[in-house]
Amino acid sequence: MPDSAIIIPSVLNGLTTGGLYALVALGLTLIYGVLHIINFAHGALLMLGLYAVYFLNAQFGIDPYVSLLIVPPAMFALGYGLQRGIIGRASHGRDENILLVTLGLSIIIENLSLFFFRSDTRTVDTPYSFDVVEIFGAFLPYPKVVAFIGALVTSALLWLLMSRTDLGRAIRALAKERKGAQLVGINADHVFAMSFGLGVACLGVAACLLLPSYYVNPQVGGGFVLIAFTIVVLGGMGSFVGALIGGLIIGVVEALGGLFLGESLGQIGIFLIFILVLIFRPTGLFGAKA
Amino acid sequence: MKTDTKLLMLIVVFGLIGLAPVLITQDSLLNIVIMTLYAALLGQAWNILGGYGGQVSFGHAAYFGTGAYTVAVLQVQFGINPWIGLAVGGLAAAAVGAFIGFCTFRYGLRGSYFALVTLAFAEVLRILSNSVDFTGAGVGLLIPLERSAANFQFASKAEFFWVIWVMTFAAFLTVWKIGNSRFGAQLTAVRDNEDAARALGVDAFRVKMGAIMLSGFFAGLAGVFYAQYFLYLDPHIAYGAAISVESLLVPIIGGMGTLFGPLLGAAFLHGLSELSRAVIGDAPGVSLVLYGVLLVIMVLFVPRGLAGLMSHLRGGKPPVSRAGGGKGHA
Repeated sequence: MPDSAIIIPSVLNGLTTGGLYALVALGLTLIYGVLHIINFAHGALLMLGLYAVYFLNAQFGIDPYVSLLIVPPAMFALGYGLQRGIIGRASHGRDENILLVTLGLSIIIENLSLFFFRSDTRTVDTPYSFDVVEIFGAFLPYPKVVAFIGALVTSALLWLLMSRTDLGRAIRALAKERKGAQLVGINADHVFAMSFGLGVACLGVAACLLLPSYYVNPQVGGGFVLIAFTIVVLGGMGSFVGALIGGLIIGVVEALGGLFLGESLGQIGIFLIFILVLIFRPTGLFGAKA
Repeated sequence: MKTDTKLLMLIVVFGLIGLAPVLITQDSLLNIVIMTLYAALLGQAWNILGGYGGQVSFGHAAYFGTGAYTVAVLQVQFGINPWIGLAVGGLAAAAVGAFIGFCTFRYGLRGSYFALVTLAFAEVLRILSNSVDFTGAGVGLLIPLERSAANFQFASKAEFFWVIWVMTFAAFLTVWKIGNSRFGAQLTAVRDNEDAARALGVDAFRVKMGAIMLSGFFAGLAGVFYAQYFLYLDPHIAYGAAISVESLLVPIIGGMGTLFGPLLGAAFLHGLSELSRAVIGDAPGVSLVLYGVLLVIMVLFVPRGLAGLMSHLRGGKPPVSRAGGGKGHA
């Protein structure tokens, strides 16, 4: 049994990783909460965002954190277009069809990236990539701490947007009662696409905060998809607080699983949580009753 | 089309396919036919649960991989003949199906949730097979080369052809039989409206359990065939997402819930990937991009697949409607 000198840093490390996961899951939960779309292309879109950050850095020397001004708006536009042009037309009345179309999109995006960028794994080199911050005697990578704070700020901003702005009210109205919302003059197609765009923009934020401590290759998104779904399901579909706390829990579970079971088997805890939550408490910890 | 005509057509089509080893002498061409039949088997397995039962699975690799690993582990670790492994592999995959089905259907998971949970189960199996020693962990398992028919390792492609021909024909006959049975009627009733079916006294849980076990069984057979044909397995091949995607792509393109859909889909996909290889070359990812584009196009514009398109062109009635009641999003 490892003693607390190993467990505490491991938990803290897991919390910061969990912050990153939460960032990825926030966009997913926004998209689900409003559109009831399970966006399977989420990981592939994150990968696109990571490449955008990478190339901005490699070609123009733009710091990943400065890219926060560029990549999220671009991702927003991409998401808006995808929802209006493709995903919104796909359902034919069955949610599985949307799942299939977003699966198709993720296959397209991943393999186009493989074709254009090749399978090389790339990282950015920033002056702070290897800096550490000491918290409670544990040394945590500086970029991960920044990402953790970023996750907190992003979820607060999303919460403000949803509760205080007209757009947020329109989104919530549509999520609750679509026909009624349309009757009072809300343009459903536009607001749906705005929500999808916002969800994808969150991925842009995640990409900027993630890359300094992570890497990018065409397959990188795949690993995040199930983790993000697990977080969203655990926290309750559509709940931002749930996504944040769910992300932190999953980060810690992964860190401790890795510590006790080894790197390869450690991830199994995540998927078991996913299966158990869906079976026994599909509304999650913070979700509204379906 | 009357059901007798369907059976006759099935026999004629497989009879014609059976001419392949006689007409085709080139191994590389026969290989394409073999892989097409194998894809049709995998797709038909998915079609039982997803097409006829309406339970969209994203994790059919769980059954495929179990069949493949069963036959490989029995040979490598215990020296058990692969023909025995064939039966055990199919049954083991059906058992995995029963387990997953029990866990999900028992608690009423439907639609997208069911799809995601099946994916998670396949991932759990992938991680397990990557971590334990008797599956060779991350290194994988190499089945020792001992060419003989008794060993399920044939010297010629033609013999492999007959094995996959028999397996696939059996799967298609089974699906024809399902389409003609009380079980099949109940299964499609559950797909079209589960609550209504239950109100009429259909035991939806039992029907879905039957479908997932049959589906798992045939996917497991495909896995066994794969293992014996290529003699190598690793966690990524056996339980990776590629197999799950292929098994749903084939019937979706061909036509979900139709008898011939998976065959059409498999032939179309393999024809397409050969064509793209000939035209564009072996660049990484190109044929997969085409697969993705096809998936999007089919779901958007041709939700009843090639089989539906063909019967539409002939002016026939659509075989099934995947497009449900119509109150969708946007």
